[in-house]
Amino acid sequence: MKTLKKKESFASRLLSSDGAVSILVVIMGFLVGTVLVALVGRNPLNMYKAILQSLTGYNIDNGKMNVRYIGETLNYTVPFVLCGLSMAFAARAGLFNIGGEGQYIVGLTVAQVIALLGPQVKGLHWILAILGAILIGALWGGVVGLLKAKFEVSEVVSTIMLNYVALYLSRIVCLQLPGATTYKTANYPETALLNNALFQKLTNNSMLNNGFFLMVISLIVYWFIMEKTNLGFGLRATGFNKEAARCSGIPVVKSISISMAIAGAFAGLAGGIVALGSFRYGRVLAGMDNYGFNGIAVALVGNNTAIGTMLAGFLFGMLKNAQALMQGKQIPKEITFIIQGLIVVFIALRSAIALYLDWLNKRQLQKEVISK
Amino acid sequence: MSTLLRMIPSVLMIVSPILITAIGGMICEKSGVVNIALEGLMGLGACAAASAHVLMEATGMGTPSVWLALAIGAGVGLVFSIIHAVAAINFNADQTISGTGINLLADGVTIFVAQILFSADRTREFRMGMQTDKLGIYPTAYIALVVVILAWFVLYKLPFGMHLRACGEHPQAADSVGINVRKIRYIAVLTSGLLAGLAGGCIVLTQTIQYTSNTINGRGFIALAAVSFGRWRPVGVTFAAFLFGTAQAFSIIAVNFPALKALPTEVFNILPYVITLIALVLFSGKNFAPRANGQPFIKGAS
Repeated sequence: MKTLKKKESFASRLLSSDGAVSILVVIMGFLVGTVLVALVGRNPLNMYKAILQSLTGYNIDNGKMNVRYIGETLNYTVPFVLCGLSMAFAARAGLFNIGGEGQYIVGLTVAQVIALLGPQVKGLHWILAILGAILIGALWGGVVGLLKAKFEVSEVVSTIMLNYVALYLSRIVCLQLPGATTYKTANYPETALLNNALFQKLTNNSMLNNGFFLMVISLIVYWFIMEKTNLGFGLRATGFNKEAARCSGIPVVKSISISMAIAGAFAGLAGGIVALGSFRYGRVLAGMDNYGFNGIAVALVGNNTAIGTMLAGFLFGMLKNAQALMQGKQIPKEITFIIQGLIVVFIALRSAIALYLDWLNKRQLQKEVISK
Repeated sequence: MSTLLRMIPSVLMIVSPILITAIGGMICEKSGVVNIALEGLMGLGACAAASAHVLMEATGMGTPSVWLALAIGAGVGLVFSIIHAVAAINFNADQTISGTGINLLADGVTIFVAQILFSADRTREFRMGMQTDKLGIYPTAYIALVVVILAWFVLYKLPFGMHLRACGEHPQAADSVGINVRKIRYIAVLTSGLLAGLAGGCIVLTQTIQYTSNTINGRGFIALAAVSFGRWRPVGVTFAAFLFGTAQAFSIIAVNFPALKALPTEVFNILPYVITLIALVLFSGKNFAPRANGQPFIKGAS
């Protein structure tokens, strides 16, 4: 077989690389999105102008520079990356975590509760709120792992159910908070906020906050657990082949529960950061924020690696920040949702590549056998 | 009691679309393809039906407009389910991923269309939706009834139905006796798309006056829950859809009952999901799902 591999064409080598395929998929998503914008009679160039501005802060139309856009893009990146890590962590153990959204929501809710009712001690208050968000996220995800491991309940179904349980529970809880109206609560005390004076100064008063550091730490933790610990090895082994892992003495039930709990912790953290970093008041959610669902796309584009998830999360944060700019340039902002959706659809279709490579291999083998 | 009787039409109004979608989802899973895109497909159908109805109403075509809009909604649902069919059946893709992709795509496409057609993040309001009959019941209830009976008849009384179920239980065996597994799965997925689109149209034409990003609000996932709570059988799914639909209805009309006023309405919204979770735990070990559900069929592999 080795000798056959040598003759692989450039195309098939490209298609065998996960990273290259991810880039290809993203490009295809943008391409179709661009065509769509052109088809409905809008100027696709405006879309890219908006994206450029959210990426660099440079407004190409009037030549003005505003670093605030960079700060906002980075701020939007944080929940995408964390929800991506949530999906990725479960995926490495062979689980499909559609429940990022629910775990995000419970994290957000608990952070809001602690922010409004917790002890107003400087330096401690927000840490407590974030820890609460992480813990409840871990619990929310861990339950799914337990159901899967003990009762063989498909994690796909149970996470979908728990997403909506989380949404409505969050509404029930948040409506009881001080100063709650139908859509918001009272303002947080200063001690609960995640804002960072230095970031605000550097980025012209963007919402970028300490959550950014938490994201960086999370990325490192993710990489470390996955690549450097026995736990990560066990998880990955479970993901590759559950039966083989069981036979080699890896506690599969424990692996599944732990991986879902850690996955939930990442998403819960995302919820906590958005609650305390991007808003000054608690929100009574009317619908999903969709960070959790988009986290699935982020992890898929990033091939479940720390670096890939970071880059993909940044791409999504950039698109999110570009939405308002696009709307101002007569491009419906929903084009970004379409591009994100297309990216996931194309990722689903990438299994076609495996079929194609298989077919190529077979044909080559045929040729060689015949030539002999 | 009379209050309960007066509730029946509105319960039926809410149950019907969930039931129609759930039956589609059931057919799809019976053939061995999981379709979590139901939510998105309902949204696409609803948006298409609402847009079509608004535009046709303006031309003054009257009642036929509603029915044509419903058909367009169903058609759009079918067209988008082709994506899922190609991914799941031709390319052996992960069905959860392609379903998620369609759900995300639907979020974008629906409001994008509204922005282009009506320059707003929702479709323009139509003046007149579907009309009730003498009993105060919307025609969607009768559509749902027909769908259920038809699905039961086709699945359990016709050879085609047996073939379809065989594809979901053991596609290799089905293939070995000459059943075209891919073709049957295609029909099943497209049927579920058609029904989800139809149900989306039913929601928008009976319950609201326009499509917004909140119109569907999890009903597709409730339908998905109804499929598994109903144990993949027409009667069970119908029962589950009624139970969940009634819970949904209560979240809207609980204010009419003094005893229930104290409860937050969200409690009723949660019920379908919690019931399904509990049922999944209680029935664990006894697997009612089609055995090959969610697995790609690879010809020649054992």
